[in-house]
Amino acid sequence: MSAPARPAPGAAPGPSSSTAPVAPRRRNGPFTRANLGATLAGGYLPLLIATLVMVLPLLWMVVSSFKSPHEILSTDLVVLPSEPSLANYEAAWTSVPIPRFFLNSVIVTTIGSSIKVVLALFTAYALVFVRFPFKRVIFVLILVALMVPPQVSILPNYVLIAGLGGVNTYWGIILPGLGTAFGTFLLRQFFLTIPPTILEAAELDGAGHLRTLFSVVAPISVPTVATVALVTIVTEWNDYIWPLIITSEASRMTLPVGLTALSNSEGNTGAGWGILMAGTVLVIAPVLIVFAMLQRHIVSGLTQGSVTG
Amino acid sequence: MTDPSSTVPGTASPGTATSPPPGHAPVRRKRWTRRARRDAAVFLAFAAPNLVLIALFTYRPLVLNIQYSMLDWTLGSRTATFIGLDNYIEFFTSDAGLESLRITAIFTLFTVGGAMVLGLLIALALNIDVPGRTLARSAVFAPYVLSGVGVGLVWLFIFDPNFGVLGWILRQVGLNSPQWFLDPDMSLVMVIIVYVWKNLGYCAIVYLGGLQSLSQDVLHAAQLDGAGAVRRFFSISLPLLSPTTFFLLITTILNSLQAFDLLRIMTPTGRGTNTMIFESYLQAFGGYSRAGYSATISVLLFVILIVMTVAQILFVERKVHYA
Repeated sequence: MSAPARPAPGAAPGPSSSTAPVAPRRRNGPFTRANLGATLAGGYLPLLIATLVMVLPLLWMVVSSFKSPHEILSTDLVVLPSEPSLANYEAAWTSVPIPRFFLNSVIVTTIGSSIKVVLALFTAYALVFVRFPFKRVIFVLILVALMVPPQVSILPNYVLIAGLGGVNTYWGIILPGLGTAFGTFLLRQFFLTIPPTILEAAELDGAGHLRTLFSVVAPISVPTVATVALVTIVTEWNDYIWPLIITSEASRMTLPVGLTALSNSEGNTGAGWGILMAGTVLVIAPVLIVFAMLQRHIVSGLTQGSVTG
Repeated sequence: MTDPSSTVPGTASPGTATSPPPGHAPVRRKRWTRRARRDAAVFLAFAAPNLVLIALFTYRPLVLNIQYSMLDWTLGSRTATFIGLDNYIEFFTSDAGLESLRITAIFTLFTVGGAMVLGLLIALALNIDVPGRTLARSAVFAPYVLSGVGVGLVWLFIFDPNFGVLGWILRQVGLNSPQWFLDPDMSLVMVIIVYVWKNLGYCAIVYLGGLQSLSQDVLHAAQLDGAGAVRRFFSISLPLLSPTTFFLLITTILNSLQAFDLLRIMTPTGRGTNTMIFESYLQAFGGYSRAGYSATISVLLFVILIVMTVAQILFVERKVHYA
């Protein structure tokens, strides 16, 4: 087997826009006789330890979710369940309305993310391609909004939404998070790199702003839009503090809030851990699958978005 | 033609992104010609919904928090009493307020230090060009994108003194498990460990980007001069990484100050783990319904966050080569 001199195909681009390629500095492959020992000790061992520390807790969650109560409660460590069963999942199903939570999460995430991406597209387009006074001021205001953590806004927002009757409603969960500074910022930065000649051509063809946006700008921005969409979806799916405050009935709880309820009813009772792990798998697995498939976009989106805090 | 998916949108710092939008008419016209009016209408139609939402749910709360913070107001009550700065005085003089400050400081210090040191070590491991490191990189970053509630529950089970793996491991070497759930100090240690685990992947990936942009020539020259790997790291790599380190320092401090999900799910009562953000939540929604006092903590937290952010922007502005 020859040493792979080419870059790994799935390699993510450097997060902080470092386009400098990794300079080739190995004269021989990692598995030649001279390098084998050094590769194993210096290269693989730290990588292996790091990977195990990150992966084992998640594996433990999955394995435990298939264990029977006496295997969970056993004083000896039971690594693998002797008879893997879905009993915990069934129990989680009956203890709290897990399918309902899942459905609520899907509804909130889908509607919330779609609207946010569309709003971000329109706002970024307007900021870059449409003439308007005070654009710089508006952009700075959006940047400042990016720095305001949602946690410090929850009390006034709760008073407002609760006053409007939004407790335990989908719109009450979705509405306060709809304004999007992150997506607007990321898309604007990309739009600035689009050559003006492309836009001028569209204008000469008589295309209005709406058509320019959807038939010229959006198609060449697909990777950035995808990044914004993915990061938005993951954030919405994991969102916790707002849904926790604005929902009190199981019929409107999202998965993270529902898990809290499940934790209150099953947690710390010993046998409940299996049920709790089953519920946790349901909230973690979808994101893990999406991440595994599209990690390059998610990593670059998350590490860029934080450039401004 | 470069691969479009690898095109990284400009990460220019906010202050430097001033290039005028393309498509301008070259001749400066009168203000508010018909065309300008039409453009203004288009701008508002495109941007107004988002801007209104941001104003309503991000800026309005900032202002209202200041107003609330001067009230003695029970959440849900129709009446409130104006008490000036009493809430602020209470936070800075009461045992509970000072305890929350102390816990915020400890939590921030150890999570930032832990995630950055471990993140750098893992970045160094990931920077060695061996097959399989793409997989390791994904594994390391994965917890960062997962639900804090889910991650918290996974680790609660591991930390459970009676049925958890950690207790079992400690028993094998003849130790008793600490009372992670009952002892407030151990609760704080527990949430710090889990928070570092969840967030070190972010530091690792950002550091990896920094490491990969280092000039290999300099490192190679040092190697020829006989500098060992450790010497090269401390004398060359680490100083050259200082912009990355500063950037990470600020962003991880900001993130740690906002940590909520893990704390809430792992320690619902907040005993020993009530950082400012958690205390603010507990005061308003944790049974006390003290809206005014909760808003006070939010205002203080926001001031801290904005100071940190401004420091970062000023720094990035000066180090444009990094951005």
